[in-house]
Amino acid sequence: MMTTTTASGAPARRAPGRASRSTPSGAETPRRARPFGGDFKVAMLFIAPAMIGFVAFFLVPTLRGIYLSFTEYSILGDPEWVGAKNYATLAKDPLFWNALGVTAQYVVINIALQTVLALGIALLMDRVARSTLIRGTLLLPYLMSNVIAALLWFWMLDYQIGIVNQLIEGLGLPRVAFFGSEAWAIPTQALINTWRHMGYTALLIFAGLQAIPRHVYEVANLDGASPFQTFRKITLPLLRPVLVLVLVVTVIGSFQVFDTVAVTTGGGPVNATRVIQYYIVQKAFTESDFGYASAIAVILFLILALVAFIQMKFLKGNESDLD
Amino acid sequence: MTTATSHAPRAAAGRPAAARRRPVPWGRAGAWALLVLAILVTVLPFYWVLRTSLSTNGALAASSGSLFPAEFSLGAFKRVFGLQTASEAIAEGGSGAAIDFWVYLRNSVLFASITTAGAVFFSAMAAYAFARLRWRGRNLVFSLFLGTMLVPPIFTALPNFLLIKNLGLLNSMLGLVLPYVFMTPFAIFFLRQFFLNMSREVEEAAMLDGAKHLRIFFQIILPNAAAPIATLALLTFIGQWNEYFWPLLVTTEPDARVLQVGLGVFKSQSPQGAPDWSGLMAATLVSALPVLILFAAFGKKIVNSIGFSGIK
Repeated sequence: MMTTTTASGAPARRAPGRASRSTPSGAETPRRARPFGGDFKVAMLFIAPAMIGFVAFFLVPTLRGIYLSFTEYSILGDPEWVGAKNYATLAKDPLFWNALGVTAQYVVINIALQTVLALGIALLMDRVARSTLIRGTLLLPYLMSNVIAALLWFWMLDYQIGIVNQLIEGLGLPRVAFFGSEAWAIPTQALINTWRHMGYTALLIFAGLQAIPRHVYEVANLDGASPFQTFRKITLPLLRPVLVLVLVVTVIGSFQVFDTVAVTTGGGPVNATRVIQYYIVQKAFTESDFGYASAIAVILFLILALVAFIQMKFLKGNESDLD
Repeated sequence: MTTATSHAPRAAAGRPAAARRRPVPWGRAGAWALLVLAILVTVLPFYWVLRTSLSTNGALAASSGSLFPAEFSLGAFKRVFGLQTASEAIAEGGSGAAIDFWVYLRNSVLFASITTAGAVFFSAMAAYAFARLRWRGRNLVFSLFLGTMLVPPIFTALPNFLLIKNLGLLNSMLGLVLPYVFMTPFAIFFLRQFFLNMSREVEEAAMLDGAKHLRIFFQIILPNAAAPIATLALLTFIGQWNEYFWPLLVTTEPDARVLQVGLGVFKSQSPQGAPDWSGLMAATLVSALPVLILFAAFGKKIVNSIGFSGIK
């Protein structure tokens, strides 16, 4: 049904085809010939452009960002070293804690919704529909930019004439101010993101489902296990590495929410959607406080590192139960 | 539900075990119903954008629930492409302000193409050095490169902004492109995987014939990795086309804006109280079009790459 003709499938699958294409002289060539001994100069040549990019736009900025977080810097003039002052201010900044809380709320809603829905869709794809067309259709929102997803829902969820509120009213319920009420603003952002990422996450999980050997299911089937038991006792545990990876990727991505907020609510109403990254940008570009903004960015960086570490460590994402 | 059940036997044929586990067709029908629901939730918003973009603003408010364009009109698209005079636009509910759509479009095309070409080519070179050459410090440098994937983009964005500003490159294509054009850690990682799995025999034969690394790279490695390189270029282009944050930081003048940033501006240009919904949706649709076309042409490639790029 699905012909994986594209080479982008699994690299391992390519190896046999390659081997048969060897040249006549290839058979006599000794493996690992000496020419591969010291390629240092050539390697430097090949790596030079990427190295420039790495040093100039990743390594130095990372170090500079850490340095800036210990300075006071308003773009004009030079950064002035102030020690840990920014961090001390941060600890007492209610807006920072608000940003942290709002972001956490977004992350939790997003993860819960997205993972459950994606797992469901992945199971459906695996059980009833394995066609590439269906998978492609479900992937479509992910290929749209955040801006487009945000604008699309900004219109559909409009309080006055948005179609969703028309439907809600049609059901006899009161209209919802999705972007305008403090209670709804963050869940709405999470819903937009879930809509955009659901299919993508489902595809990742689907790929994991396909890696589970069929005979495991057959054994469970012979033992008379119900579909629900099979799911809980076999599918879920064997899927764990993939689920952990998906969780890490989604959590890290969700903490950096910015685009949809910037396009729709701009941090409001009041402080309801002033997420961390939005707060950083405001500090740096509206208030020209690069030192303070960098300090918040360092905290964000640390949170993400911690999250990834905890998830890999305690959920044992890098170990498979298949062995 | 008739269409749903007619599909069932075909799907079941592929998986006899699954069919045996679910003897009741109700389960299968229910599964299909859920899947159809998921597809509708995915697809209907796109239809709604199209329907809105073909309506007039005046009629939208009156018949906000109608399934078809309210008062069919191409006015919104004319507004987006700058084919309407200011007074015509205002009469149809637009802001009347000039939208430099063609400028945004040109910038987006340049930004996405240049960064994709540069990043893919330079990353392929680096991946060759990491996969096929032996040199001291190789693994250390590779893990450093990979480590950058862990640094959140916002963290490097602030210092990068300062750098671009100090170089006097704000509001320029060069300033937009520089942080992306030399490499992306993902591209290096992705291509290295493929280069590692290529057979050494052809390469070694060429080497005995006296071929230099540059020739091997261009004549053997690149042609043999054409498929993964195409996939990577496709994914990179879509990602760059959709990029919003960095262009937002380094462009303040309309002349330098890319489409994604321009769209945001389009929204805020609309006078409060009566947004130019049809114009906004038309602009949204047009900005999504290149990706939709790529998707129509290479959808299978994109779909099949997900499992690979995500898991390994």
